[in-house]
Amino acid sequence: MIEVRNVNKRFGKLEVLREVNATFQKGGSYAIVGPNGSGKTTLIKSILGMVLPDSGTIEVDGESVRGHWSYRERIGYMPQIGRYPDNIKIGQLLTMIRDLRGTAKATDDELVHELRLDELSDKRMHTLSGGTRQKVSAAISFLFDPAVLILDEPTAGLDPLSVEILKAKILKEKERGKVFLITSHIMSDLDELSSHILYIEEGIVRYDNMIAELKRQTGEEKLGRAIAGMMRNNFKANPS
Amino acid sequence: MIRITKHALYDILRNRFVLFYAVFLMIITFSLFSLDSDPGKAILSLLNIVLMVVPLVSIIFTTIYFFNSYEFIELLLSQPIDRKVIFFSEFLAISIALSAAYLVGVGLPVLLLGGQGALYMLVSGLLLTWVFVSLAFAASVSTRDKARGIGMSLLFWFYFSLIYDGLILYLIYSFSDYPMEKLTLALISLNPVDLARIVILLKLDISALMGYTGAFLKNFFGTGLGIGYSMSLLVAWSLIPLLYALRKFLRKDI
Amino acid sequence: MEPTVPRMLAASFLVSLFVMIMSFPAGAITLSVGQQQSFQTIKEAVTAAHPGDTILVYPGNYREGNILIRKSLVLIGRDYPVLDGEDKYEIITVAATDVVIQGLHLVNTGAASINDIAAIKGLDVKRMKILNNRFDETFFGIHLSNSSQCLIEGNMLKGTAGARAEQDVGNGIHLWKSDHITIRNNDVTGHRDGIYFEFVTRSRVSGNFSHQNLRYGLHFMFSNDDEYMDNTFQNNGSGVAIMYTKGVTMVGNRFEGNQGAASYGLLLKDIGDSRIEQCQFARNTVGIYMEGSSRCILKDNTFRENGWALKIQASCDNNTLTRNNFIANTFDVATNGSISLNTLAGNYWDKYEGYDLNRDGTGDVPYHPVSLYGMIVEKMPTSVMLWRSFLVMLLDRAEKVVPAVTPENLRDDSPSMRML
Repeated sequence: MIEVRNVNKRFGKLEVLREVNATFQKGGSYAIVGPNGSGKTTLIKSILGMVLPDSGTIEVDGESVRGHWSYRERIGYMPQIGRYPDNIKIGQLLTMIRDLRGTAKATDDELVHELRLDELSDKRMHTLSGGTRQKVSAAISFLFDPAVLILDEPTAGLDPLSVEILKAKILKEKERGKVFLITSHIMSDLDELSSHILYIEEGIVRYDNMIAELKRQTGEEKLGRAIAGMMRNNFKANPS
Repeated sequence: MIRITKHALYDILRNRFVLFYAVFLMIITFSLFSLDSDPGKAILSLLNIVLMVVPLVSIIFTTIYFFNSYEFIELLLSQPIDRKVIFFSEFLAISIALSAAYLVGVGLPVLLLGGQGALYMLVSGLLLTWVFVSLAFAASVSTRDKARGIGMSLLFWFYFSLIYDGLILYLIYSFSDYPMEKLTLALISLNPVDLARIVILLKLDISALMGYTGAFLKNFFGTGLGIGYSMSLLVAWSLIPLLYALRKFLRKDI
Repeated sequence: MEPTVPRMLAASFLVSLFVMIMSFPAGAITLSVGQQQSFQTIKEAVTAAHPGDTILVYPGNYREGNILIRKSLVLIGRDYPVLDGEDKYEIITVAATDVVIQGLHLVNTGAASINDIAAIKGLDVKRMKILNNRFDETFFGIHLSNSSQCLIEGNMLKGTAGARAEQDVGNGIHLWKSDHITIRNNDVTGHRDGIYFEFVTRSRVSGNFSHQNLRYGLHFMFSNDDEYMDNTFQNNGSGVAIMYTKGVTMVGNRFEGNQGAASYGLLLKDIGDSRIEQCQFARNTVGIYMEGSSRCILKDNTFRENGWALKIQASCDNNTLTRNNFIANTFDVATNGSISLNTLAGNYWDKYEGYDLNRDGTGDVPYHPVSLYGMIVEKMPTSVMLWRSFLVMLLDRAEKVVPAVTPENLRDDSPSMRML
């Protein structure tokens, strides 16, 4: 579904991605894990075409993303920090995005209702708390029923109830065969939501495998411990 | 593109600045006309506003707006929308908003109260608005830092409205023993503000009073060809920085 | 011992009678020229006429080459008969006193660069009158030399307007070494100089309209004690130039629309002891350009919408400018020196920004009519392209606050608050 091949990216002197290779397949749910500043967000933004890699290719459904934009119809993106025009109201924002997409298809408003955003539709974006913005971002990402969902720290800053609503939604859509790319520092969430893990450190992919396999290799029950164990073993378990 | 332009325009209008700008221009224009019984002189005073205030407001407002709409651009970029479309939509939205403010604030009173050269002033002011919006885009895409972007824009404005003329004066001083008329033509062409100023002044029909250089410039810019030349040059002045900015924007990491 | 009124009347009657007898000698007759008249050509009539006779020319087209008049004749055209010089000849040459030429239409003189071919030329004439004639396509229109007490009135002179170069065109009314000439209500256009004087004294020029001439509307030199009243000089190539002369009186003239690189409303070069009053200078590149001139009084004039109202070179001294209006000029006064020996007082300057606390109509702070930018343009004319730029505005403001370059003593200490 998504093929990342030999991608390099530097910001000035800083090498953010180094020869990154990854494949995200249909029906998979991928946890992208790594320390702060390891290049997770850059990788995601490269897939979205927001960051342009210095070399290497990224293909979505066999089509290179460089210079293209229509593939983004099939991707829903929830940014790490949802930033929106200050003076726009939630209702207006949702209307605008629907209008921009211009699709006649009915949109998936489930999250809008469940996160109770429709009750807040007259609130202006700059009056909202960080958590509420996250809810808005989440709702938008699912709105057009995309085949791929890229969620950058989806649960950070959300209240426990909303976290559960979002997780339920993710699991439900996963059942329907959608691809998920999720970054998070909350391992328990990833444990629940993901089937694969991609570990990145200093722009290099250090581990890429099924979570079940990682647990088996390290003999740990929990993802967090499993990753810690793998790091202790200095990624010896990495099959690649 | 129209849809995005529309939304960007809504966004600009939600922030009241453009409205204030229009009202400010209108108050100035009306007061200049009421202070001076001679509409020709009022137009001449208005010239300073058109040559200084309009470019300054255009470039600074655009730069600030561009940085403030980074979020909006980011949001758009995650949607299936072409980068070019996003870029031109933003440019169109800002140009439309500022042009409308200018037309309402200066155009309406000037057309009502008349005066020689009013039309040329209107058109030149409009073109200058676009030139400086376009320069603001060039400054804005060159840096991620808002303060640096605004600084660069201010520098552009200073350069075109003051520093450049200072350099011209220095040049004229250094080469005062040589005939410089042809060179002045080239020098004027390289600065949109000078270009607009000369075109308006020549239409005010005082240029012939300005000796040999005035007569020379009148001979060139006073003809239909000269007007065409200067107008297309102003259009070029608004396109070149814009295309540079587009190039940068297409390669930019958001 | 005063004479009584009846005796005075008697005396003047006798004098008049004497004059009449002298000017109309017994037997003065009228000779008619025309196809159905006793003379077919003017030349025949001139030959046949005696001094004091009148030749009446009927309508027609007369191609007679050069007509030489050596007696005191009155030559009158009826309904403007055409005298055609066929682009070869000088049409009428006069070398006699008391000749009158009236109502003729003179066309197509020859043109030459060596001798001044004119439509009407007077050589050493006295009391000649040239009245209400029309001139078309003439090289020189009226040309008098060594003459006096003549009257040129009501003529319409149109030069070889088609020609471009100055040397291909003669002057409209050209006077050399003459005195006591009156030039009144003529219309001169399409010549090199509209009216040209050299060594012409004690003459009076009034009510003329001199326009669209290639060089000067009025041009004179070495012509002392002449008066110029109520003339209009408009859109001439270089305006009006007067040089090397004393005792000029100019009142109520208009100098308008003389635009170009070397154009002046009025150029004063080496002029002394003269008066220029109640004149209007409008839309000229330079209203008045003064050089080497002394003791002139410029009073009650109005300078409006000129590039430079007044350029006064450092070679001028003891001139007085007072009660003039300076309105909507790009530059009020320019000079090339750092000191000024002239007096400015009580003028109205529309650019004056001072105040009048005691409300006596006179500003309380002096006005400096020379701007820094004006001086820059004076030194480097090309810098005129920066006119009305932000830079120039700043320069002028700065100079106003801290004067450093502009001549400190070229100022009006009593600027008028109101237009005069």
